[in-house]
Amino acid sequence: MMRLAFLGLLLAPLLAASSAVADKAEAPGVAAFRTVQAVLTHPRCMNCHTTVNWPTQGDAQVRHTFNVVRGPDGRGTAGMKCTTCHLATNQAAGNVPGAPDWHMAPLSMGWTGLSPAQLCKALKDPARNGGRTGARIIAHFKADPLVLWAWTPGGKRSAPPVLHAKFVEAAETWLRLGAPCPEG
Amino acid sequence: MITLTINGKAHSVDAEEAMPLLWVLRDILNFTGTKYGCGVGACGACTVLVDGAAVRSCSYPAVLAQGKAITTIEGLADGGTLHKVQQAWIDAQAPQCGFCQSGQIMAAVALLKEKPQPTDEDIDAAMTNICRCGAYAEIRAAIHAAAKG
Repeated sequence: MMRLAFLGLLLAPLLAASSAVADKAEAPGVAAFRTVQAVLTHPRCMNCHTTVNWPTQGDAQVRHTFNVVRGPDGRGTAGMKCTTCHLATNQAAGNVPGAPDWHMAPLSMGWTGLSPAQLCKALKDPARNGGRTGARIIAHFKADPLVLWAWTPGGKRSAPPVLHAKFVEAAETWLRLGAPCPEG
Repeated sequence: MITLTINGKAHSVDAEEAMPLLWVLRDILNFTGTKYGCGVGACGACTVLVDGAAVRSCSYPAVLAQGKAITTIEGLADGGTLHKVQQAWIDAQAPQCGFCQSGQIMAAVALLKEKPQPTDEDIDAAMTNICRCGAYAEIRAAIHAAAKG
């Protein structure tokens, strides 16, 4: 009997800690968003979803060289379009990345510096996601050539840490479960 | 075999599909006014116009230019009359060593086509070509002069 009581004393803190972990486990919808977040915050997405007047570039997300700016429609400025250099495919000759209609996301869809909660809210706010409904968000993730390019970026550029199919699956799960956002 | 229309004239060339336009222009067709600088689409020395838009020909596969109008520095002048941008370049004495200048001029032509009266900010945003001599002030002055001309 004494041994059992002693064992109970030993295990009590562990059991309490275990319970606390369970309390902190995120809801499935939020967990699904975390997978989406891992992709959206990757340089392949963030470099063109900036909140400034220029794109960033590379895995280090440095300001794009040569004073490249977004221009009035996110496609560069007069005489210097994104497509001056970025063609429809990656170019081995100069290692310039490419995909059809290379352009930046609008400023309203910029994500630089957002917390996970802010990113989540921005993603489902039509005023900040290009007026997209849930289905159109999925369509963008699933088939937009610029999004798909992130998984075949060419050169030494890294791809997002989640397979494209898993990313889309997580986004669909997140939306199906009500698109909940993490706290903070 | 690919056929390219350069400065209004058709040229059929035996080039691999992945060959950059610059190689076709310089090495096969001898349009050497367009320069090789960095080879990675960064410096702009190789800028030509494809359907009026500036492209970096060192990293632009020639095959993509089929069926489009390619303009090089050799095709800017109208007979014996220089293009207004070329004339402005001379008047402003914009070049120093001159190596980057054909690319600079082509980029300026593309800018003025879209924005006939550019501000300093427009010029800074559009003219991403590099000049190792640092002739940027003269280049800007030449663009403003061409806009007035």
